[in-house]
Amino acid sequence: MAEVTLPPRDGFRLSQLLYDARYRSLTIQVVAAMLLMLSLAWLVDNTVQNLAALGKDFSFAFLWTTAGYDINQQIIPFSSQDTHARAALVGILNTLVVAFMGCILATVIGVLAGVLRLSKNFVVSGIMTFYVEAMRNTPLLIWILIVFAVMTEATPQPRDFREGGGASMILWDSVAISNRGVFVPKPVWGEGSGLVLAVFLLSLAAIFILRRVARKRQEQTGQQLPVVRLSLALFFLPTLLVFFVLGRPITLDYPALGGFNFVGGIQIRNSLIALWLALSLYTSAFIAEIVRSGILAVSRGQTEAAFALGMQPNRTMQLVILPQALRVIIPPLISQFLNLTKNSSLALAVGYMDVRSTLGGITINQTGREIEGILLLGTFYLIVSLIISSLMNYYNSGVKLKER
Amino acid sequence: MSGPSSIAFVRRDIIAPAPPPPGQAGVLRWMRENLFSSLTNTLLTLLSVYLIWSVLASVMPWTLNGVWGASSLNECREIRDARGLETAACWAVINERWLQLLFGFYPTDDRLLASVFHAEPLAAAGGLEAVFGAGSNATARIEFVNAMKADLSNLTIFFFGYWRPLLAVVLLVVAVAPILYASLPRGLLWVSLAYPFVAVFLFWGGSVWGPATVALGLVAALYIGRLVSARLGLLAGALAVVAAFFMIFLNPLGVIGHTGLFPLFPHAKGVLDALMPLGLPAIPSDQFGGFMLAIIIGTSGIVLSLPIGILLALGRQSTMPFIRWVCVTFIEVIRGVPLIVWLFVASTLLKYFLPPGSSFDALLRVIILVTLFASAYIAEVVRGGLAALPKGQYEAADSLGLDYWKSMQLIVLPQALKVSIPGIVNTFIGLFKDTTLVVFVGLRDPLGLTNAIRATPEWNGIYWELYIFVALLFFTFCFFMSRYSMYLERKLQTDHR
Repeated sequence: MAEVTLPPRDGFRLSQLLYDARYRSLTIQVVAAMLLMLSLAWLVDNTVQNLAALGKDFSFAFLWTTAGYDINQQIIPFSSQDTHARAALVGILNTLVVAFMGCILATVIGVLAGVLRLSKNFVVSGIMTFYVEAMRNTPLLIWILIVFAVMTEATPQPRDFREGGGASMILWDSVAISNRGVFVPKPVWGEGSGLVLAVFLLSLAAIFILRRVARKRQEQTGQQLPVVRLSLALFFLPTLLVFFVLGRPITLDYPALGGFNFVGGIQIRNSLIALWLALSLYTSAFIAEIVRSGILAVSRGQTEAAFALGMQPNRTMQLVILPQALRVIIPPLISQFLNLTKNSSLALAVGYMDVRSTLGGITINQTGREIEGILLLGTFYLIVSLIISSLMNYYNSGVKLKER
Repeated sequence: MSGPSSIAFVRRDIIAPAPPPPGQAGVLRWMRENLFSSLTNTLLTLLSVYLIWSVLASVMPWTLNGVWGASSLNECREIRDARGLETAACWAVINERWLQLLFGFYPTDDRLLASVFHAEPLAAAGGLEAVFGAGSNATARIEFVNAMKADLSNLTIFFFGYWRPLLAVVLLVVAVAPILYASLPRGLLWVSLAYPFVAVFLFWGGSVWGPATVALGLVAALYIGRLVSARLGLLAGALAVVAAFFMIFLNPLGVIGHTGLFPLFPHAKGVLDALMPLGLPAIPSDQFGGFMLAIIIGTSGIVLSLPIGILLALGRQSTMPFIRWVCVTFIEVIRGVPLIVWLFVASTLLKYFLPPGSSFDALLRVIILVTLFASAYIAEVVRGGLAALPKGQYEAADSLGLDYWKSMQLIVLPQALKVSIPGIVNTFIGLFKDTTLVVFVGLRDPLGLTNAIRATPEWNGIYWELYIFVALLFFTFCFFMSRYSMYLERKLQTDHR
């Protein structure tokens, strides 16, 4: 039969390789490995031939050549004279920014919607059901395009902000929403602002330590410290004190109308806003479902048991329901964050310059390095997702039910 | 002291039940308990009602007063102003372009339209052959078709001009129904099996013998495999299937420069074409578009990704380290990178990986990548189902003496898949929604078409109407899928709690 194709093994009858369960798995793996090697070799050989036919080589040297294009939304300074590597870095930062902002907003809306959907109030839960179903059953791309269209076509032009133009800035004249983007005040770091920042960070650390000390003390002696009041005081007092003592080193640069556009402040482009809002709204619907099912997963007996122990409702929620619900909620929540990060590559639709548009878009078009560019792009996303999933595994092993 | 006689009153009859006091029954009580039970709840209710009211107050007049008959956005606005309305939707864009949103630039069957609905002008122009025949004037034909389409209603064009995709979708419903609902006659499953070949023929056209011989070849390969496995066992049967497949469809002897009778498939097709040329006009994939494209990519992705995903999940749970390692790598790499990057790989990199000079249909590339992408997600969902199964089930299957595939098929998978239904359907819904991303690799999906429509001078500046239409199309399909998964969950639930 098929023995001829199998690797010979001394000391065995060859048929054992097929019919003996002890050796069969080895046979299958060797055959599979050979097939995999063959097909990989075939792919690599094709690629080498194709590259040779096009007169290309495989190198990453293009990363250190001048990019020659501008990026409109940048966190670190970038000009068209910088390298492709720096352009990729700007893109990566842009991706991470929109993903980070999206995760926060999506969690806030999602938790709210999920909790409200459980409400006994029929009107409220009805609205939330409608919201969740509408978001979950339509493509994300539509939402991105809709928010972008609203932001660009339904918001006033900068010139409408002049006297009698019919538009005005919001939040005490500090934020302007226009069809060129949203303008927000920009902090100006004056002399001594580093000290203020350092004090602020130190007081955050102090709050952290305080909470641990208070907890230890309560566990050992049963005495409680006024943690909330102390934390609030630590949060505000030292920083404000230093801020005023140093003569207000940090000031805000407000956007103001100058010429045909706003000057000053930070311009957040509509593409970023559209992507951010659409990603958050879309993902929040999924998070809402996760939160809802997580809370429902805690059996009613747990609440009743806590009441039977004489716990008050808010302590029950805090000490009994939430820890158990979180164990169910957190893993899918993190994979939603991962989805959001990957979905941010739809930035392409609105022209937001994320890593897909810089490294995977213009850089590839200009240098013709498709293989290298997409390899780097894929590696970036892969690394992000591996980091997030290893964090998730770490968390999972921490909260896993300890069963015998 | 006081005896029984001191009792002043003894009731001897039962009081008729009185109605509960007002506010303790009916709507009032329900409202008090559900809507106004506390201060927060009351506030929430009032806020929600206000929200609903304000949304409806702005959306309803806009929707209901919409303008249906206009040929441009400006005309819409003029009609709106003439009616003295503040806001009005311009549904005219849907009215005019819905065929395009559904089918993209898929060609209509102009011969049928002309000969049935446009007979007199056709006769005046010299008959079917003079207009559409091989030697006809292209410009005159386009003019004739344009005049005919302006004359016919969109509904007529929908039903008769696009009968091929329409018939394919109707048959899809017939083919899917017996899979979805077990109460339908089992004979319909043959329709489901034959459907892929019929659909390919209807959508792409060309010779009927192409799909027919492929189907026959597959049946022949499987039949040979069954014959062999009945005599020589499962492994020999599998090898026979592979060998027969190679002989029929590929040319394994090509590497040694031998081109003769093998592969059989093109020879058989050539002979049958010569004997009996039957077929429809061929339509290349680059003319596919619109919501039809979403249905084609979505359906093929769903159908193909489920078996691959199940195999991957089994591989990931396998006891063989190499197989497990390959499956884990595949799944994690696919899942770690966004679909849009994979589509990009399909459109730009695939040409490097294939032998020099081979070209590949753009739509097929996208379908393959979408399938692989979805199968990695399905694999994770199914793995969850496999992990949720008690170990006793595996051991019970082993102790019955079932081999690996039998135990998977009869014991493990039916239970594991049942658990994973919600996840699988969610993956399918995600896949269907993700078909909109093909716009980035140059296919004309509905969203790409909305951009094209918005770029025309007539409809420049319109967006809500188009997006609402497309969103409703997707919503209908996805909502049906999610409801179906709930129905299936209820039906398959065997624990009586």
